[in-house]
Amino acid sequence: MTSSLLAQIGEMARRSITQTLRQPALILPPILFPLCLLAVNVGGLDAATDLPGFPTDAYVNFAIAIPFLQGALFAAINAGSSLARDVETGFLKRLALTPMRRAALLLGNLAGVMTVAALSSLIYLGVGFAAGLHVEAGFAGVLVLIGLSFVIALGFAALGALVGLQSGSGEAVQGFFPLFFVALFLSSQALPRPLIEQEWFRTIATWNPVSYMLEGIRSVVITGWDGEALALGFGVALALCAFGIFGASRALRTRLVRT
Amino acid sequence: MSRFANAAGAVAWRMIHNFTTNPAFLLPSIIFPLFFFTAFAGGLSNVANVPGFDFPSGYTAFQFVFVLLQSAAFGGVFTGFSVASDFEKGFARRLMLAAPNRLAILAGYLLAGVARSVIVGILLFAVALAVGMQVDGNAVDLFGLIVLALLVNLTAALFAFGVAFRMRTIQAGPAMQMPVFLILFLAPVYVPLGLLSGWVHAVATVNPFTALIEGGRDLLSGQPFDAVFAYAIAVGLVVLFGIWAVRGMRKAEAAG
Repeated sequence: MTSSLLAQIGEMARRSITQTLRQPALILPPILFPLCLLAVNVGGLDAATDLPGFPTDAYVNFAIAIPFLQGALFAAINAGSSLARDVETGFLKRLALTPMRRAALLLGNLAGVMTVAALSSLIYLGVGFAAGLHVEAGFAGVLVLIGLSFVIALGFAALGALVGLQSGSGEAVQGFFPLFFVALFLSSQALPRPLIEQEWFRTIATWNPVSYMLEGIRSVVITGWDGEALALGFGVALALCAFGIFGASRALRTRLVRT
Repeated sequence: MSRFANAAGAVAWRMIHNFTTNPAFLLPSIIFPLFFFTAFAGGLSNVANVPGFDFPSGYTAFQFVFVLLQSAAFGGVFTGFSVASDFEKGFARRLMLAAPNRLAILAGYLLAGVARSVIVGILLFAVALAVGMQVDGNAVDLFGLIVLALLVNLTAALFAFGVAFRMRTIQAGPAMQMPVFLILFLAPVYVPLGLLSGWVHAVATVNPFTALIEGGRDLLSGQPFDAVFAYAIAVGLVVLFGIWAVRGMRKAEAAG
């Protein structure tokens, strides 16, 4: 990476982070909404730990993975909306007249939402520990969990950026939120896959990549070190990153055409 | 009286027409309750095997009542969004100039909210019965459940209208949605009250929505039902938020 590219990324990242930190509406919902749902689910579904075969006796250990995925959904929406706004306001058109490189524009623009994602991860963990979370894999497991959640957030943010750049409309990005939400709900988010009774639901959850991201995070919390779960979790998240960044980069090429 | 009915009917017709002809309004109202029903009843059905889970009609029926009342509540809240939008665009101001009795506008909005809830409710019932939901209550019990859902719709709508009349902007959306969302989910959503734990159990015990959802579940499963208690709470909430909405309307009138 050349120093000029790094400088360009730095400039775009500074703009993105400043823009994000100045708007509480971009920071508070990704933190508060997942925590509210975590609180409701832990209180409401703690009895599920009495089911034979449930892997832990504290539902918070199972449910802690969900806020990380919900936070990633917010990262997708915020990244997409931010880039769509840049399209709508003509900012990208103006940038097209400068020597700014696509990679710098894309990575720099994701910096704001990734800052919020990193901050949110630490808060989810802090609240989880306050509620009795126990990470079986210890301190190293916590670091892996943070790393995995960061890659997941980057994958979703890149996907949001792809939608934002492709559509060029903030409204279209918002319209995708229910779709992301459906993907989260039709996964192993509330019960482990083997304990999902309805076969059709278990099949959908098995095909749904979100299940593997959740199970990757859960593995360090509940099992300890589970190579397969971690490989699947990181694998799916990295594939999502690659798809999102490649797609967004192609969409950006079209958006940055000088006219 | 007929002028009141005419004005209320016109307001309601306009809202219902907008709702039923615009997919952006219609689809989320229909898809979200169906999706919640699918996700909860499908994904969590094994929760019915938790020791102490004593609902006789099965987990699908258990979740159906929650989703029905939730869709009724959100039908009211979404109508509140439309009211706020009418104020933001200045349409409500023109309505106020035209209506002989401004309470007719409120009545019209309420009627539209009820109609919205009825459309979604019928669809929910149809889907739930199609997937084999067990109904152990009789026709009177089912009628009681529908009345309960309508009272929940009125309560949520009146609350949302009160907020919309006071803030008169669509940006008030979260202020209408979040309190209703929290009250709904701080009730026995996934398991009966006795199986909730921690602070959620403490909150759910005093949450008025708990009595309504448990009453609804008793009606659907044909179990003994404390009708006076549940309906007294439901009617009490309608009266309370009715006062809130009417006072809000007066504030909107005063604001001009």
